[in-house]
Amino acid sequence: MFRDQKIETLDRPALEQLQLQRLRKTVRRVAAHVPFYRQKFAELGVKPADIRSLADLRRLPFTGSADLRANYPTGLLAMPYDTTLRLHTSSGTTGKPKALFFSRKDVDNAAELCARSFVMTGITHKDVFQNMMTYGMFTGALVTHYGAEKIGCLVIPAGPGNSERQLMLMQDFRTTFIHLTPSYALYLATFLEKHGVDPRRDLALRKAFVGAEPYTEETCRKIEEGLGLDVYNSYGLSEMNGPGIAFECVQKHGMHLWEDHFLIEIIDPQTGEPLPDGEAGELVMTTLTREAMPLLRYRTRDITSIITRPCPCGRTHRRLNRIAGRSDDMLIVRGVNIYPQQIERVLMAASGVGRNYLISLEGLDEMTIKVELAEAGFEGQVEQLMKLQGQLAEKLRTEILIKPQVQLLPPGSLPVSEGKAKRVIDNRKL
Amino acid sequence: MNDIKMVAAFAENKPGQVAHFTKILAGASINIRWLAVASTGPFGVMKFLVSNPEKACEALKHEGFVVKLVDALAIEVPDKPGGLHAVADCLAKHNINLDNASGFTANNRAILVIEVSNHDLAHAVLQKQGFHVLEQKELPV
Repeated sequence: MFRDQKIETLDRPALEQLQLQRLRKTVRRVAAHVPFYRQKFAELGVKPADIRSLADLRRLPFTGSADLRANYPTGLLAMPYDTTLRLHTSSGTTGKPKALFFSRKDVDNAAELCARSFVMTGITHKDVFQNMMTYGMFTGALVTHYGAEKIGCLVIPAGPGNSERQLMLMQDFRTTFIHLTPSYALYLATFLEKHGVDPRRDLALRKAFVGAEPYTEETCRKIEEGLGLDVYNSYGLSEMNGPGIAFECVQKHGMHLWEDHFLIEIIDPQTGEPLPDGEAGELVMTTLTREAMPLLRYRTRDITSIITRPCPCGRTHRRLNRIAGRSDDMLIVRGVNIYPQQIERVLMAASGVGRNYLISLEGLDEMTIKVELAEAGFEGQVEQLMKLQGQLAEKLRTEILIKPQVQLLPPGSLPVSEGKAKRVIDNRKL
Repeated sequence: MNDIKMVAAFAENKPGQVAHFTKILAGASINIRWLAVASTGPFGVMKFLVSNPEKACEALKHEGFVVKLVDALAIEVPDKPGGLHAVADCLAKHNINLDNASGFTANNRAILVIEVSNHDLAHAVLQKQGFHVLEQKELPV
């Protein structure tokens, strides 16, 4: 299923030609309108005319999240303020947010890429879309909302939370696909189970687009099992339109990144040097069609790798592997680099524990993993529970190389998030 | 045989936990005949003998607790010196390990509640030895 077969299957040379043409246009645009980039170009001694091939991308400056904050609110605009159409902000948790402007064409492109991504999985105008992402300044809900409308789906702008109402809407309007965070998806699965709802029997759900937080293959399977549907991994970040940048096709092996709109690189996050295809590093993206706020070589902080093999679906746009973590989320405990996703992978594959977890760092580098006991993990004896804790700690040690404390808790005792989950509490006194 | 079932529930080790359970069981009109609490660090396991273990389990599950029905043996022991020893000795001779045990005597009756490594064997050998192993229906409602 294609929305735009010609562009989605464009052969690589033609796609790269299109990319170069759009890159040159973008570079000219920021050189003309954005003082920040003009200054960066001057520092690096690079002129728009120097960009003659895609390999010249390396000559261009990086843009970091600090640059977005430093140029808040309007410093990176490439068009007059009063001609912009929409403002989004990133879901930053500290200080000023990152302000992200969209022109009419940017809004339309972002929606179009979401539409492409949905159609790629078989969504048609007959589908009913219940959007469980947060509406508001966050890109997650609005961009997919407009994308689904482009296809002609019935869109239910439910937003997150209020699970009783979500269930009512899913039942009454026969929702066929949903868009939500992995943490809320896990919560919703538990909620349905508790209320005796068998989604396969009682609901019309077929697909879930799960994103906005990195999650593991094991979590994906738990969501599929608990909600009785196919989970499609999706990748996006507010700085690059939000959702719809890279989605899985029906092969469900990596996420096609729409390369007619974005240029991608993988770099070593420490040195900034590009890494060969297939190697894991930080994803760096350049917008190719943005009007209001083009960004050159934006450092996403997300760790992934590029799959270059052709996909059986026929699309020529390369795929991203599942995001291994955000370099900002990386924990350093007793000198070891640890991503929360590594811990999640172990917990989701383990039997006897639930779907919610919390990583707590206390004192001098003491790591405690709090996880809820599930019925399957309880044999009625204290000794057996201590053994289960020990086994989990050992499994975690083989994954993260340090041995954490594991603390079993009764179900429902960990905080439940309906937006982005807070998985790490760092109270270390270092 | 219709041995007694113990209701085991997982709980955090903090004040108010037993009260939370007893409230739920009282609300379900369940009579508690015996209670034991084993705890270690931040959590523990509470065990109950009740009039209706299945119903008690349902009531606790409904409130979101993790529970499990566990096999136990309740044995009537003669209230005289050496009474308990006869039981312990019988189990030892058959190489059966006592995992958990508790008991109490009142009004010239003594009931010993035990969990053992080999439940069926323990039941058989104790009965053969002439001990009265209580059935679930013998627990007063």
